[in-house]
Amino acid sequence: MDVLFDILGSANFWAAAIRIATPLIFGVLGALICERAGVLNLGIEGIFVAGAMAGWLAVYLGAGLWGGVLVAALAGALFGLLHAFLTVILGLSQHVSGIGITLLATSVSYFTYRTALPDVTSPPRIAAFQPLNIPGLSDLPFIGPALFQQTPLTFLALVFVAFVALVLYRTPLGLAIRAVGDNPASVEAQGLSVVGLRVGAVVVGSALMALGGAFLTMSAFDAFFFGMVNGRGWICIALVVFASWQPGKALLGALLFGAFDAFQIRLQTQIGQVVPGQVFLMLPYLLSIVALILVARRADYPRALLQPWTKGQRH
Amino acid sequence: MSFRLEPRDHASVGLKLTVSLAAGVIALLLVAIPVVAAGGTPLDAYWLMLQGAFGSMFALSETLNRATPLILTGLAAAVAFRAKLWNIGAEGQLYIGALAAVCVGSGLLQLPPALMIPTVMIAGFLAGGLMMVIPTIIKQRFGADEVVITLLLNFVVILFIQMLVEGVLKDPLSMGWPQSVPLIAEAKLPKLLPRLRMHWGLIVGLFAALILWLMVRKTVLGFEIRAVGENKAAARFAGIPVDATMLKVALISGGLAGLAGVGEVAGVKGYLSSDLSPGFGYSGIVVAMLAGLSPVGTVIAAVFVAAVFVGADSMSRATGISSYIADLVVALSLLCVLVGSFFLRFRVKFERRQVGA
Repeated sequence: MDVLFDILGSANFWAAAIRIATPLIFGVLGALICERAGVLNLGIEGIFVAGAMAGWLAVYLGAGLWGGVLVAALAGALFGLLHAFLTVILGLSQHVSGIGITLLATSVSYFTYRTALPDVTSPPRIAAFQPLNIPGLSDLPFIGPALFQQTPLTFLALVFVAFVALVLYRTPLGLAIRAVGDNPASVEAQGLSVVGLRVGAVVVGSALMALGGAFLTMSAFDAFFFGMVNGRGWICIALVVFASWQPGKALLGALLFGAFDAFQIRLQTQIGQVVPGQVFLMLPYLLSIVALILVARRADYPRALLQPWTKGQRH
Repeated sequence: MSFRLEPRDHASVGLKLTVSLAAGVIALLLVAIPVVAAGGTPLDAYWLMLQGAFGSMFALSETLNRATPLILTGLAAAVAFRAKLWNIGAEGQLYIGALAAVCVGSGLLQLPPALMIPTVMIAGFLAGGLMMVIPTIIKQRFGADEVVITLLLNFVVILFIQMLVEGVLKDPLSMGWPQSVPLIAEAKLPKLLPRLRMHWGLIVGLFAALILWLMVRKTVLGFEIRAVGENKAAARFAGIPVDATMLKVALISGGLAGLAGVGEVAGVKGYLSSDLSPGFGYSGIVVAMLAGLSPVGTVIAAVFVAAVFVGADSMSRATGISSYIADLVVALSLLCVLVGSFFLRFRVKFERRQVGA
């Protein structure tokens, strides 16, 4: 029990939890927007890789950090556009297209990295985002280091949670996006474009996913490694179900996940001699599976998820 | 001139073949762009790839050696996707199959090869199958999506294997390398030809394709799988035991992926390590899709994908162009065949606007 309180009582732990949660917040939000519009985007894992690589490479080649963020978002949007073309416009299998996008985005990123930097042995580093110093807040005892010493991308993620929630629940556009994933016929009856709304949602959602990847190479680390995304995208797909497709719950899910992950890393240093390290590394994936099983029966899937739409279609 | 789309009720075998072939060719043509970007000449690159994959007896053997696990993971995906069971976990099932082979085949049992090899294979098949039956039961009991669960299990399995080969299964004679104790000689799959790496796993893969082809065409289970895949509600209404059929499909699918793992351990490496598969499970999905989920097509598609990987490795050594080009070809051919499936469902009719009619 002492171990538990030692960990929970350190500001360092809470800061790490928020840091680990950040890419997931971006990823879950992105997946949530796509799925709310009725499109499952299994390209997420590859789009994370693409965002991580593109953002990092842009900065490495001389762009500013925010320029890198923009490049990452554009890379994500581009792969999102391809996914939207295949699944929304041509109405093809969302599963297969998503897996294809993941394979394509990953191999494009790895190939580009290898081609741009053929001779490097250790990954080159960039000057990554540094924690912000917010006057008044960052200096508070305990609370400051625990909550208010994060990099700008973390705060951007939190802003996006509020923004996405606002758009989804308080604007006509949000209403249309929710309707297009639940009952596309009603959207068409109102004279809105089902295809346009879905394509837009997938493109924007994919750009957000790519920011999750960009956080990894531009905030959490300062270099790009092969295999650095390591299933984070898939975890986001599980977290969306856990969050019942709501931005607020998505934030909560990502933070819980981050706290759990930060906790297991600290526990590992305490009892790592007795239990092999891999057991701890498995926990995030197992936790996602358990979370998925627990909520699956009650999950309120967008009713038109996975269903392609053709103009003038009736049920 | 305008065009309209007419749904097709049936796509002919010839059309399916054309679509798959075109997908492979277009994917290969598209990678001319990254080849040029990397400073290479496309025609030279293609020629070197072809040479590297088929140019000598050694190259051919390497290609078929690489195709062996791909045939099995391809069949694993094909049989599952036919029933609309989205098994994306072949990578993990492959490792669990390999693990079972090592558990049974590294000295626990002492049998002559004629008994030992089938024992190792059955163990690998059952272990891999179980690895897919579990998510299928979870899907049936709790309604949790098998796609995400099988994807996440891949990561769990790899870590589990790492733990074992650094721990209880570690070979004390491996000079500190994280690899398992080796299989005994009786459990190893014989080579097909002297001095080449091709092994009997290839025959197992071809045999599995044949059995699956017969099963799909001639058996009640094959009919049930098709019915469940086409329309679950209708199948249930027609009295087909949907859940039981899905479990059988899961066992066969995971089992085939498990066999791929057995082949790699017992035919190539001789021991288990966490780098046994460079993504054979994921490539199997592409193989199955390129094959239009047909068992015979799977064999051909597996040889194609294997040739791309082996050829790209060899081309990469000669030109310095990154061998990730192979992953690009594979990803592009999956997307191309997906686009092709559009033409299997719709007929594009061009029509001239009638003037004054």
